[in-house]
Amino acid sequence: MKSEKHKPVVGIFKFASCDGCQLTLLDCEDELLAVAEAVEIRYFPEASSNMGKGPFDIAFVEGSITTHHDADRIQQIRRQSRLLVALGACATAGGIQALRNWKDSAEFVRMVYAKPDFISTLKTSTPVAEHVPVDFELRGCPVQKTHFLEVISALLIGRRPQLPSAALCIECKRQGNTCVLVASDEPCLGPATQAGCGALCPAMGRGCYGCFGPHENANAPALAERFRADGMSEADLQRSFRMFNAWAWQFRKVSEEVATR
Amino acid sequence: MSTTTPAAHGGAAKIHVETIARVEGEGALHVRLKGGRIQDLKLEIPEPPRLFEAFLRGRRAEEAVDITARICGICPIAYQMSATHAIERAWGIQIDPQVRALRRLFYCGEWIESHALHIYFLHAPDFLGYQDALQMAVKFRPEVERALRLKKIGNEMMRVLGGREIHPVSVRVGGFYHVPSKSDLEPLVEQLKWALEASVETARLVTTLPFPDFQQDYEFVSLSHPDEYPLNEGRVVSSRGIDLDVSEYEDHFLEQHVRHSNALHSVLRERGSFHVGPLARFNLNYEKLPAVAQETARECKLEAPVRNPFRSIIVRAVELVFACAEALRLIEQYEPPPRTWTPYERRAGTGMAATEAPRGLLYHRYTIDENGLILASKIVPPTAQNLKRIEDDLWGYLPQILDAPVEEITWRAEQAIRNYDPCISCATHCLRVCVEREDDIR
Repeated sequence: MKSEKHKPVVGIFKFASCDGCQLTLLDCEDELLAVAEAVEIRYFPEASSNMGKGPFDIAFVEGSITTHHDADRIQQIRRQSRLLVALGACATAGGIQALRNWKDSAEFVRMVYAKPDFISTLKTSTPVAEHVPVDFELRGCPVQKTHFLEVISALLIGRRPQLPSAALCIECKRQGNTCVLVASDEPCLGPATQAGCGALCPAMGRGCYGCFGPHENANAPALAERFRADGMSEADLQRSFRMFNAWAWQFRKVSEEVATR
Repeated sequence: MSTTTPAAHGGAAKIHVETIARVEGEGALHVRLKGGRIQDLKLEIPEPPRLFEAFLRGRRAEEAVDITARICGICPIAYQMSATHAIERAWGIQIDPQVRALRRLFYCGEWIESHALHIYFLHAPDFLGYQDALQMAVKFRPEVERALRLKKIGNEMMRVLGGREIHPVSVRVGGFYHVPSKSDLEPLVEQLKWALEASVETARLVTTLPFPDFQQDYEFVSLSHPDEYPLNEGRVVSSRGIDLDVSEYEDHFLEQHVRHSNALHSVLRERGSFHVGPLARFNLNYEKLPAVAQETARECKLEAPVRNPFRSIIVRAVELVFACAEALRLIEQYEPPPRTWTPYERRAGTGMAATEAPRGLLYHRYTIDENGLILASKIVPPTAQNLKRIEDDLWGYLPQILDAPVEEITWRAEQAIRNYDPCISCATHCLRVCVEREDDIR
């Protein structure tokens, strides 16, 4: 031990998700060993059999809440954690599995499983913040590793993490990409989506599909109007807002307005 | 947990592993022992169901490529590949040969990342008695650093080709949204040359691990292609004579729903459990491996068929060698496709495809209406196909070690499960371990 100083105790918890956001931590190949020295990773079942108990200084939570058991578990995690950081589109917006929120989820279960009575699931897939207070949200499907590292380093030295909050367009323009919406009428959710991914899709000539979710001042209805003017059907319009952040309120609202047209 | 042996208590005990660590997703194992015999054994999959096949209905077929990637953050490319090939088949789309080669290169990146992660981070700690790779790093720092660098190279390939390593954004029905130039790929060459050497070293290293003496008479199932080690294309073959077009898969394999699992169990209609993944691929396609991978296998005394599941860690290392050599070959021969994607018309139809995810065969089927919307889909991940086989392995393996303390039985049971690199997120679109001795020991 170099120092006897208390290392922040970190836990990484999983709910309904693909594991991609927590893999992002293991994908910090150049920083992982340093992170592991700076903090005590006490609970990270994906990577370690050592599953210690709380309390935790920081709980990173991946995934959405979809079962009664998980609704209880997130309460327990909150109680034993000083800071709770929601990781990625599932934890911050319910994820792609939130598409069940508009449907008969019992029918969904019947459709996928031969013996639906074996399955215990809630009718909805909801973000962590609908269940417990969340101190910080990291957007994205998946989260960006630079953002992950920024949150860990900021919390280690006790400052607020600095993450992008503007529209994706800002990031896209800064990179000098040709606007796919203006130049080729490619439906692009960039104007309503939070920056942070590095404008990956427009850089490849495809429209953004909103995996970082709506930014704070997103004018999703105006963007929907633009898509209509380009001839997009109401059904396609609804589908385009109902992807990985479908249950985020700005996207949810515009997709429901479409539904009533 | 007690360190008493079952024998000391008339052979009755419970082994319960609540959360199986170092697997992707949530699983649990319950084993009930009585009179020195296994009474019951269940691999429980409590990971919440996400119901992909339900909400895919009414979505555009093209969207399945990005949506199904979200089944698994560890092998998103596998999902993108199976989805896009199934849809291309439904719509009769012929992809350009250069696109085909580029997809193969893309997949090699995922194999390198996933295999390096599993060998060093998820499985090696079992053999060496560590709880994780970070603990291992104290004594084996250069090895863990090698693992990280290998992983990083796989990830770098996915970034160059797909924008990011997890849920990349470049694949589309018909081809790619964007393809790299030759010079984009050049920086990968030096790295892959190092990775190839490091993979051979990895194989040598894991060969020195202590392996339990355990063999099973598996039916191995994998894709098989006349000219190449299988990734995106081939017939579905088995070690007991199955040889099918992918469109016939569901005539022979079926999924069963069992109470303790939110992941369906796959079985072969006539014969029950089967084995997919590196062992199956290696045993069924050994002669298609490039010379350097075959040499490595020989040096590691691996001779097909390998029937000891614990030795899958060596097979994974040999597949790492393959993936690096194959990537180098593909980069060397790369010419950007004349068009990034083949234009197509949407039409009603059904398409099936299977590709080889790092964990084994991944089957997708889509039925699409005349507007290009999904009417029905079926997704059978490798872990769902292996689940019953994993349980069968434990039924076979645990009796060999029942004299050991409960702690050790539990440790070895988990290790046996990890032979399959199970991905539970995938299987539930399913691990926890519990060994239970009746006549409770406390």
